[in-house]
Amino acid sequence: MDFISILSIFVLACFVGYYVVWSVTPALHTPLMAVTNAISSVIIVGALVASAEAGSTAAKYLGLLAVVFASVNIFGGFAVTERMLAMYKKKERK
Amino acid sequence: MHELAPVSPFVALAYLIAGVLFILALRGLSSPATSRRGNRMGMIGMAIAVVTTLYTHDIASLPEIIGAILIGGGIGFVIARRIAMTAMPQLVAAFHSLVGLAAVLVGAAAYLNPGAFGILDMLTGQIHQASRVEMGLGVAIGAITFSGSIIAFLKLNGNMSGKPIMLPARHLVNLGTLAAILGLVTYFVTDQSPWVFWTVTALSFVIGFLLIIPIGGADMPVVVSMLNSYSGWAAAAMGFTLGNSAMIITGALVGSSGAILSYIMCKAMNRSFISVIAGGFGAESGGASGGAAAMDRPYKRGSAEDAAFLMSQADSVIVVPGYGMAVSQAQHALREMGDMLKKAGVSVKYAIHPVAGRMPGHMNVLLAEANVPYDEVFELEDINGEFGQADVAFVIGANDVTNPAAKTDKTSPIYGMPILDVANAKSVLFVKRSMGGAGYAGVDNEVFYMDNTMMLLADAKKMVEEIVKSLD
Repeated sequence: MDFISILSIFVLACFVGYYVVWSVTPALHTPLMAVTNAISSVIIVGALVASAEAGSTAAKYLGLLAVVFASVNIFGGFAVTERMLAMYKKKERK
Repeated sequence: MHELAPVSPFVALAYLIAGVLFILALRGLSSPATSRRGNRMGMIGMAIAVVTTLYTHDIASLPEIIGAILIGGGIGFVIARRIAMTAMPQLVAAFHSLVGLAAVLVGAAAYLNPGAFGILDMLTGQIHQASRVEMGLGVAIGAITFSGSIIAFLKLNGNMSGKPIMLPARHLVNLGTLAAILGLVTYFVTDQSPWVFWTVTALSFVIGFLLIIPIGGADMPVVVSMLNSYSGWAAAAMGFTLGNSAMIITGALVGSSGAILSYIMCKAMNRSFISVIAGGFGAESGGASGGAAAMDRPYKRGSAEDAAFLMSQADSVIVVPGYGMAVSQAQHALREMGDMLKKAGVSVKYAIHPVAGRMPGHMNVLLAEANVPYDEVFELEDINGEFGQADVAFVIGANDVTNPAAKTDKTSPIYGMPILDVANAKSVLFVKRSMGGAGYAGVDNEVFYMDNTMMLLADAKKMVEEIVKSLD
């Protein structure tokens, strides 16, 4: 992709982020942080490229290490968000 | 500009779908009812991104990669299961540091093996100049996120004092370091020698550390949100380097999310973002600003039985929890107290100040953990008008967020901060460990000395448990 297309995606995504995040209820701000943590670990994509491709042994091991860290975050982030969200319950109707 | 191998439209589409699923994951959080479905969408998006990447590269080392995912995933999963809800702020800070570190490692790998990332200029055999800027910025933001989050973690986890650490001439040093980083990233465009890359990385680690150590415990909600934002921008910068839309969309989402949360937290404390970053708030705790008279002013002290009697006679009670409740793990006892009062026909509501606790929404999670229904929990602007009609305001572990000085005393460090008007309730029960320690801001609270206030001086959890016993 050329730079301008990438930049367009970025700028539009910033606007989407702005409106979506303002609509998040303040009661769920902690889960919001946990889940944004998990999804920002999509950086694992870069780590996978580094560890999958031949060419540099050092890059491969740096990549693998990054895969480990990002995986901690992905699994930990989604799991802890799930655990928190399961706690939010409405009043039982009588 | 990027001479990548022609990407199949299906691959680009897959990353786009992952990005859209991440947007839907955040969208789901607009209500607790839809939030879990949103979280699942996030998981699916991540799975699509990972599988697509693995599918489209010649994988020389699949077993090692699977091993790395299993090790990391296993650790993450176990931590997520075991962590106490009161420790969420530290956990989130630790997770931020990992995103930052991963960004640095990916940047370093891309620098060492640019061919694999398709950022090599075939004519010159060097890295594309635009990619160098993106890479340099990505690594710098990643490194700042890493070292900053480590300090935030140590402060939140109590391994390091929450008091601000003030180095001499720190503003000068910080600005100088930041300027050097920007200068070197610019220079990196003309000269891709290793020393430039590694100096940028090293300086960024240092500045992350320097930026966070002068920031005090009370400002931690802003710091955690800010680092959340940085981790997003780091991912976005790496997305630019790789030309990957899933990374760019996610980075932009997370970046704006953290920025908005920082803004909300700053507003809730009536602080400017700059003054938080500059640090030092709470350094002179217990000092000149009215705290001196605290020891010898008269106040009314009550027992658990008095409190139980007062509340059982009331029509409505509003509970105001703060960080002290989290510290003493009083949320379960508090819910029990609420249940007994409700059984006795008392209306019980919870009022949450945006900066109660050490991260945005922290109190809501703790109350949810203790099975308090979320429709009994209200935000500041939704409940503040109701204190006037309430019989009892039950303040537990909160202080600064109830301090009327924020409205009346122009010299107070918390002047202008929106507060919960507990003083308007017919009577105030104030659970506090002792009269000595003031809040983080180090300011005395007029509410302690009012005629209709009864101080309940004890550990929050013990006090609530005793009230529960007396209500029986």
